[in-house]
Amino acid sequence: MAEVKPGCDRPAIKRNKPVVEAASEILEVKKEEHTMVKVGKPAPTFEAPAFHKGQFVNVNLEDYKGKWVLLCFYPGDFTFV
Amino acid sequence: MSVDSHFVHKMWNDHELSKMIGKDIPFPMLSDQDGYIGKMYGIYDEDSGVETRGRFIIDPDGIIQGFEVLTPPVGRNVSESIRQVKAFQLVRESKGTKATPSGWKPGKKVLEPSPDLVGRVWEVWSVKEAFDQE
Repeated sequence: MAEVKPGCDRPAIKRNKPVVEAASEILEVKKEEHTMVKVGKPAPTFEAPAFHKGQFVNVNLEDYKGKWVLLCFYPGDFTFV
Repeated sequence: MSVDSHFVHKMWNDHELSKMIGKDIPFPMLSDQDGYIGKMYGIYDEDSGVETRGRFIIDPDGIIQGFEVLTPPVGRNVSESIRQVKAFQLVRESKGTKATPSGWKPGKKVLEPSPDLVGRVWEVWSVKEAFDQE
């Protein structure tokens, strides 16, 4: 096993290609497209589990209507920056 | 928000972050374990299975006013995010009658766009204001 140096970049996951069974028809693989949101458009709503001041809570973006929200994503806990 | 579970968030808060600031993290640390939310916002990286450093400013009506996305090794500038929120708040309070020019921060000149201002910004605003003064 090769040693992995700690850094903020997470190594790409090597995924094996799924075995495609021979089929008489070629099935079109639906590729999920993830497009960037747009400024001036509604933020996608969500509910997510969270940790907040010692408690586990569910946070729904819609609970923040009427307030300014700074929503920050990051690669992972315990990453360095 | 990251793909870590809320349990790992607790461990990070308890064992590292709270030691940096002397108290618990004051805002909720959200978990997006399958990247579903990150995908909706367009910042989930399929190759590594994590979220990139996406930051979104959402106004009181739920409208996205701005975003910034960085790759993992470079951290954000929190002061800049706060400056942008203050600028958007000023514009909103003015009901869109005011605009904050480049480099604006509280106390600096605000512009009031009008037909009279067309072609005259150079008279009322200096490029020096785009930069932080020493």
